[in-house]
Amino acid sequence: MEKTISEKIISEHAGKELKAGEISVVEVDVVMSQDGTGPLAVSQIKKMGFDSLKNPEKSIFFIDHAAPSPRKELSNSHAILREFARSTDAVLSDVGRGVCHQVLIEDHSCPGDIVIGGDSHTCTSGALGAFATGMGSTDIAVGYSLAKTWLRVPDTIRVNFNGSLNKGVFAKDLVIYLIGRITSDGATYRAIEFGGKVSSTMDMDGRFTISNMAVEAGAKTGLFDSDNITKKYLENQGRGGCFREISADLGAVYEKVLDIDCSVIEPMVSQPHTVDNALSVRDLEKIKIDQVFIGTCTNGRLSDLRVAAEILKGKKVADGLRLLVAPASREVYLDAMKEGILATFIESGAAIQNPGCGPCVGVHQGILADEEVCLSTANRNFKGRMGNTDSFIYLSSPATAAWSAIRGYIADPREKS
Amino acid sequence: MSSKKKILKGKSFKFGDDISTDLVAPGRLFHLRSNLPELAKHVLEDADPEFSGKVKPGDFVVGGRNFGLGSSREHAPMIIKLAGVGAVLAKSFARIFFRNSINIGLPVLICDTDKINEGDELEIDLTKGVIKNVTINIELKFNPLPDVMIKILDDGGLTEHITKNKGFNF
Repeated sequence: MEKTISEKIISEHAGKELKAGEISVVEVDVVMSQDGTGPLAVSQIKKMGFDSLKNPEKSIFFIDHAAPSPRKELSNSHAILREFARSTDAVLSDVGRGVCHQVLIEDHSCPGDIVIGGDSHTCTSGALGAFATGMGSTDIAVGYSLAKTWLRVPDTIRVNFNGSLNKGVFAKDLVIYLIGRITSDGATYRAIEFGGKVSSTMDMDGRFTISNMAVEAGAKTGLFDSDNITKKYLENQGRGGCFREISADLGAVYEKVLDIDCSVIEPMVSQPHTVDNALSVRDLEKIKIDQVFIGTCTNGRLSDLRVAAEILKGKKVADGLRLLVAPASREVYLDAMKEGILATFIESGAAIQNPGCGPCVGVHQGILADEEVCLSTANRNFKGRMGNTDSFIYLSSPATAAWSAIRGYIADPREKS
Repeated sequence: MSSKKKILKGKSFKFGDDISTDLVAPGRLFHLRSNLPELAKHVLEDADPEFSGKVKPGDFVVGGRNFGLGSSREHAPMIIKLAGVGAVLAKSFARIFFRNSINIGLPVLICDTDKINEGDELEIDLTKGVIKNVTINIELKFNPLPDVMIKILDDGGLTEHITKNKGFNF
C-alpha cells in the first residue's frame, strides 16, 4: 500500500499496516510536558500507581512557560517537576534552557519518531519528519508511564507551496496566509504534509515555523519530508546519527491537495482575536502598537533574530514603544550573542529576555495594559492570550515585527529598502 | 454508544464559535492550575464573566464551531467538569480538547447547536445518542463516539482504564 508520512510512521510504531481512519495503540519515542501541564501529568502518574517511567531518558520535563517563576504557586509547581524528574531519572530542562519545542528539535526529536507532548505546539517537531502531536496531561502521564499511546491514523491534507517567495515574505507569512484560507478548523483531526518547491528548498528554521502553526488550523501534526536539509541540520546539532529519509509514497491517498502559488503572498498579519483573521499588511489600516515581541517556538530561532536585527541595525525603536526579544533557547541566545545580533537589538532599544516562552502565554514578562496593542511573532492571538482580555494581539513575521517597531505602527517590511 | 444508561438533565448556557482554552482557563490564572477548585470559580470567565455564578450542577455548556481550540491544557475541561457541567455540546470540537474531555470523563457531544437557545431545558440520553430540547420540544441526534473513547468513558476516564486493565485494553 502506498502511504502518507503519517501512515508510514504510525504503522511502524503499531507493528502492523494501518491506513487513515484506523485506530491503534502505538509505541512512542519521546514524551514531554512543560510547567503548565507537567504537574498534572505527575499527579496522574501517581494516581495510576506508577513509580517509574518506561523510558526516562526520553521523558522530558520542561520549565519554560513561567520561567523564572513570577510567583510562589508556580515556584512550588516547578519544585514538583524538579523532584519528580530527579526521582525517576527523567530529563529536566530547567529555567534558561529554552522553549520545549525548540529544545526538542535541538536535542531529542528524530525523523520517523512519534513524539507526544503536553503542549499543543508539539507539532513543531513535524518539520523533522516526526509524527509529533500535542495531548493533555493524562495522555502524557500514560505516555511517560508506558511509552505508549493510542492514535487514530489521520487523513492527510497535502499543501504544496509552489512558485517562489517574494522579497520580504517569510515562512510565517505563508502559514498565516494558509490558515486564513483554510480557517482555524480547516485541518481538524487531519495531518498536513507540506510539499512543493518552496517547502523542499526552505531552511529548517522556516519549516519549524510552519509545522509549529499547523495546530492553528486544527491539525494533529504538520509534516515535512526529511531530506538533505534535515540531514544537515541534525549533523550541525551533532545528531546526524538519527537521520533517516522519510517522505510520502508517490500515489499516497490524500483527503485534499492544496496548491498554493507563493508568488501571490505578501507580508501577512493575523488580526485579533483569531489566527485565521488574516490580512496582508498592505491592506491593513494604520495600527499603532505599544509592544513588539520577537521570540517564541514559532519565531525565536537564529535566522528569525538575524532578519530582525538586520532591519534594526543602526536604528531605534519608535518613541513610547517597547521591543521585547526572547531567544527560543540557550543555544540560539549564545549564537545570537556571538554574531552580535543581541548587541544590535540592545542598541536599538530592545529588552532582551531569558530563553523561554516570554510574554506569549500571559503569565509574565510583558503583560499588556488595557487597550494596548502588541505585534508578536508568536502563534496565537486569542483574546486574553497575553494576560489581558482588554488588549489586542497581531501576529507577524520577525521582519514585519522589526520594521513595525521602528515605525511605531504595523508596517510592511518591503518599505525599508 | 456507551453501555452505561445515563440521562442528563439541565439548562443550556450558550457560547459562540471558537471558544479557546484561553477563554476557558486563561493564562493570567496559570498559577491556579495547582488549585483546580479555585480555578473552577473562574471557568469561562473571559467569555461570560457571570457564567460560574449562574451554572448549576448538571447544566450544559453549548458552543458553536471549533470549541476548545488552542492550548492542550487539560485544566480547561477539568474545571468545566468541576463546575458541575454535565456535558459540552458543540457543532465541532478542537481535537485535543475533545480527547482530554473523554480522558477525564466529561461527555462532549457534536450536534447542531443552532437548535438550542440560551436557557433551554435539555434531556440527553447518552445511550441512544439523543438530545431532547424540552423547551422547544425537538430532538437532536449527536454523532456516536469511536469505540476506543466509549471504553475510556465507561471505565470512568483514562487513568481508571489504565489502572483497571494494567495498560490499554481496546
